Amino acid sequence: MNALYLAQDPTLADFGRDPWWLVLIKIVFAFVFGLLATLLGVWFERRVVGFMAVRPGPNQVGPFGLLQTLADGLKMAFKEDILPRSADKVVYFFAPVISVVCAVTALSVIPFGPMVSIFGHRTPLQVTDVPVAVLVLLACSSLAVYGVVLGGWASGSTYPLLGGLRSSAQMISYEVAMGLSIVAVFMTAGTMSTSGIVAAQGDATQLSVGGFDIPAPGWYAILLLPSFIIFFIAIVGETNRAPFDLPEAESELVAGFMTEYSSLKFALFMLSEYVAMVTMSAVTTTLFLGGWRAPWPITLWSGANSGWWPMLWFFGKVLALVFVFVWLRGTLPRLRYDQFMRFGWKVLLPINLVWILVLAGLRSIEDWQSRDRLLATAIGAGVLLLATLLWPSRRREPKPTVQEQVNSRPHGSFPLPPMDLQVPPSPRTKRVVAEREPANVAAGSDSREV
Amino acid sequence: MTTSTVLAAANQVPTGEAVTFWILAPLALLGAIGMVWARNAVHSALFLVLTMLCLGVFYVLQAGPFIGMVQIIVYTGAIMMLFLFVLMLVGRDSSDSLIETLRGQRVAAVVLGLGFAGLVGSGLYRALDGVRAAGLEQANAEGNVQGIARLLFTKYVFAFELTSALLITAAVGAMVLAHVERRKEDRMDQIATMKARFRPGNYPGPKPGPGVFATSSSVATPALLPDGRQSERSTPEILPVRELTAEETTLKGTDR
Repeated sequence: MNALYLAQDPTLADFGRDPWWLVLIKIVFAFVFGLLATLLGVWFERRVVGFMAVRPGPNQVGPFGLLQTLADGLKMAFKEDILPRSADKVVYFFAPVISVVCAVTALSVIPFGPMVSIFGHRTPLQVTDVPVAVLVLLACSSLAVYGVVLGGWASGSTYPLLGGLRSSAQMISYEVAMGLSIVAVFMTAGTMSTSGIVAAQGDATQLSVGGFDIPAPGWYAILLLPSFIIFFIAIVGETNRAPFDLPEAESELVAGFMTEYSSLKFALFMLSEYVAMVTMSAVTTTLFLGGWRAPWPITLWSGANSGWWPMLWFFGKVLALVFVFVWLRGTLPRLRYDQFMRFGWKVLLPINLVWILVLAGLRSIEDWQSRDRLLATAIGAGVLLLATLLWPSRRREPKPTVQEQVNSRPHGSFPLPPMDLQVPPSPRTKRVVAEREPANVAAGSDSREV
Repeated sequence: MTTSTVLAAANQVPTGEAVTFWILAPLALLGAIGMVWARNAVHSALFLVLTMLCLGVFYVLQAGPFIGMVQIIVYTGAIMMLFLFVLMLVGRDSSDSLIETLRGQRVAAVVLGLGFAGLVGSGLYRALDGVRAAGLEQANAEGNVQGIARLLFTKYVFAFELTSALLITAAVGAMVLAHVERRKEDRMDQIATMKARFRPGNYPGPKPGPGVFATSSSVATPALLPDGRQSERSTPEILPVRELTAEETTLKGTDR
């Protein structure tokens, strides 16, 4: 059965052999997938947020309101296209285009499924793959910053510029955390190609529990849990989604970098945001959640990871991650800018570096003898313990007593009562409480409303 | 056998590579020329981005996918973005002024530029003369990324670490120079502030705002005291109080 598994996994040699029409079909499929994901994603987000806010959400256009986004998009296309007088016309036009191109291009290295047969051709369900496919994804996301920043700058007004400046700092900062968390995946998988990473997550080890052979998932979300958590936080910052949607914080910056945009250009920005969200979910699925591989209970069926079925598992995982995106937006308030940057640089980055160091240490002692390995682990743990114990902490100054506080006041100050002065209760209040008659408040005795 | 002869002896350039090259090479040149010619600083930076992107694709074409992607991620994505960040903070209307501040600046720049190009060219020529090119098959034998990693962490590890130490020193130095954090002891507490405020010779009330009872709201326009004198305290110290000319006191026509 293991041989069957391996036969489904495309290798790098399987790419670049398709006829031109097959390449065209794949590209169009990836593009249409991005567009459809936007159409349905907006509807999905509004419905889910509506459900969380105990209201129906869009439910009028089409069944379950499915066509609401289409109607909105058509309406948006017929709006007036406003070009501000102080705008930089060429850059103003290109900014949304850059955003969309970067978001859609990233879809080209996502593996949607294993080797399938299309019109008699054995081909992987992926537009293309290169030895540095994950770096292509990183490049796309780092170029996507240009769309936001240039859009903000070219609008020629203050709020968009502030939004653009914020986003350039924000996206670069979170890209660092994102890139570092992928390093752990590279170290474990030993490859940078997306199909290779998916294949590396398929090597499940068998756990024997009570006579049943349960394959322990080789998903990196479990093996590399810290990397997974940091990566997901970083992609929320990278896609400018709540609670990190500072470039378009409507309570501070009107709409941030898209304040001056209208009509189709605004629609392009919206499109790029949702495509980026779906793309990033797909990247997370590929890198950490086993890609198109079926989760455990389904793998008991031997045909789960062959043919066209894996595409379904892949879309299921992507949908679950998009739901988490929406869930975050429906739950968390927006961070303040300085909190956000501090979180990125002072929390995510150091944790990431320490985790990579630990992982590298674990991997380098993997092949040692068990006694040496135990010794190395003990030394590492001892050093960590010592560092924790001897870490120079900011010693809290002893709190001055009341008498010291009084003595330290400058000469000639107004005489103050001591801070811990106990004022006895007034005897008069006691008497008033005692003399008050109990009020007669029997229910229903008085029908008149006051 | 020199590098050029090896490249010439290599088999024919594939069609896809040739097409990509002939599309991107003019674009790269256009970006380079536009970077020099653009008046607006941001446009200039964007042209440079175009050139760098084309260069990244060229590296990929030359069987160096890792260096190509790193070029796009690091140079285009991060460094040029920081450039843009600074340019935007400076302001969008700051175009290059074409006035020469140093006499003979252009001639000196051209001569120095040519000299530098000559130095780099001759240095490269002498360094590469007599070098046997191993060829791409041998260089990428165990994979492009693995090959670079092996060289970087064995033969060139000292240079690599030295460079990173230099960069960290520069970053820490910039932070130390730019970031001024006052210590807790240096801060005046409320009592000290009040004593300084009410000490003899200091007027405890708020300063009059500039331009009060005046015809202009500029910071350089001093406030007028009730007896008609100009208050020196209302303008910043670097701006001396002076009489306004008639031209300055007339309305600017901005109240349409």
